[in-house]
Amino acid sequence: MSRRARDERRLAWLLCAPAVITMLVVTAYPTVYALWLSLFRYDLRFPGQRRFIGLDNYFSVLGSEAWWQALSNTLLITAGSVIFELVLGFAFALVMHRALVGRRIVRTALLVPYGIITVVAAMSWRFAFDPTTGFVNALLGLQGDWLATRGSAFFVILLTEIWKTTPFMALLLLAGLTLVPGDLLRAARVDGASGPQRFFRITLPLMRPVIVVALLFRTLDAFRIFDTVFVLTRGAQGTESVSIVGYDTLITRLNLGLGSAVSVLIFFCVLAIAAAYVRGLGIDLSRRMEP
Amino acid sequence: MTGRVAEGRPLERLLWGAGGTVVVSYALIPVFWIVSLSLKRSADIGDGHFFPRRVSLEHYAAVFGDHRFSAALLNSVGIAALSTLAAVLLGMFAAYAIVRLQFPGRRLVLAAALSIAMFPPISIIGPLFNLWRTIGLYDTWAGLILPYMTFTLPLAIWTLAAFFRELPWDLDRAARIDGATPLQAFVHVIVPLAAPAVFTAGILVFIFAWNDFLFASALTSTGNARTVPAAIAFFTGSSRFEQPTGSIAAASVVVTLPIILVVLLFQRRIVAGLTAGAVKE
Repeated sequence: MSRRARDERRLAWLLCAPAVITMLVVTAYPTVYALWLSLFRYDLRFPGQRRFIGLDNYFSVLGSEAWWQALSNTLLITAGSVIFELVLGFAFALVMHRALVGRRIVRTALLVPYGIITVVAAMSWRFAFDPTTGFVNALLGLQGDWLATRGSAFFVILLTEIWKTTPFMALLLLAGLTLVPGDLLRAARVDGASGPQRFFRITLPLMRPVIVVALLFRTLDAFRIFDTVFVLTRGAQGTESVSIVGYDTLITRLNLGLGSAVSVLIFFCVLAIAAAYVRGLGIDLSRRMEP
Repeated sequence: MTGRVAEGRPLERLLWGAGGTVVVSYALIPVFWIVSLSLKRSADIGDGHFFPRRVSLEHYAAVFGDHRFSAALLNSVGIAALSTLAAVLLGMFAAYAIVRLQFPGRRLVLAAALSIAMFPPISIIGPLFNLWRTIGLYDTWAGLILPYMTFTLPLAIWTLAAFFRELPWDLDRAARIDGATPLQAFVHVIVPLAAPAVFTAGILVFIFAWNDFLFASALTSTGNARTVPAAIAFFTGSSRFEQPTGSIAAASVVVTLPIILVVLLFQRRIVAGLTAGAVKE
């Protein structure tokens, strides 16, 4: 290797080192520490009773109904919101793509839910559905508390999540739509292809890579859902997500051992989802970033 | 604007226009709702109307008179700004190396940034909570800025790398051929070239840091470092039986307006930054 190339490598590593080291320190170290803590009985309220118990915390978590309910809730919220967001996001992207006037206005408006703090968005929806302060019941002529029963509480959670994150999906899909050559669509139109045919036979296949990336981002993000559930129900009415279970065990009940086992299990769930996407749909994100 | 949009039949155009109206209402109704709630008098909070019958600023007065809120606001601004600064600074170096230099770890750094961005933050809350209490970082600014690096840094690297890739870097060589010193070429050519990208990455990172609730709620407990999202979520009225709806609404509006303003001013850049890493031919 030439001296020049070696110098270039050295400079590159020097420039990357601060960022890489910071990322390792703030994630790898706590993750390993969580793994370690999860092997102990360790309750901060009784620190004297700390002792090594192997995998017992994992058996406790996996044997508890609360974990499985939270996991199925989280998967339900993830699947429900991501599917809705994809459909709605596509509709919004098409509107932005086709709108003759006001395309900019639509795009700007959509950035508002994206930029707003999740806690604030959840508060707004909570107050809207509240039986005393809200306008939804008055509008629909209904009585009753939406957040007091499981089904309707899930509806409000999903609505909030979808409202907040569909714009991201729509903007990604819009960027993807601009990659579909207009000439191709025009030619298809001349050849007599109907609107739906053009959409499903041309637009959709060409946008596949963008769609897969958007789905991966949103699925992993939705699986972490915490803020929305915390503000809307605090996990009541059987609406706990896995992150809420982790938070309550760690921070509210100060049970570091058990809580760390929950954290590690969540980590493996995320890993499994990511692996499923990469295997199943064959994405290689880092290659897309090659200069 | 492309020629394609002009070809639709009038009915078709009307439908797309109506669609646009629907999308705008979708995006703005919850925002108008919380603004209107914040402007209602306490007596009208429960009237079930969408718009206030009488506009009152009492909740804003209450919120700004509450030292917990002003402390939270200061914490939010300071912590988000410092996290942004740190992430963009470190991200800038890494992104430059990734885009401009030949070295074997290029894809590795990007892949690491991406996997860390996907990381569930709840997985590190417990250890950080324990560690921060031991070493005195619990309920401090640094105690939040450090864990924020888990998402701000990957976002900065990713966005900056995507932007840097598009820049005509070789212009500095041209400037040096024209007699500029390396420093002059850097200051007058490279810096103005890269500044918009750095600025956009900064906005995106700031929005993320500003939004965080999980770390803020787990790693802070007082006005020392508690940020606005956590303060709003844990807001309590003066008595246990009073729902502080009006104050929460007013506080929400105060922290939302700056973001909306930024988004309006820089919308084109923000959209470019959001989609930069994901969409590539």
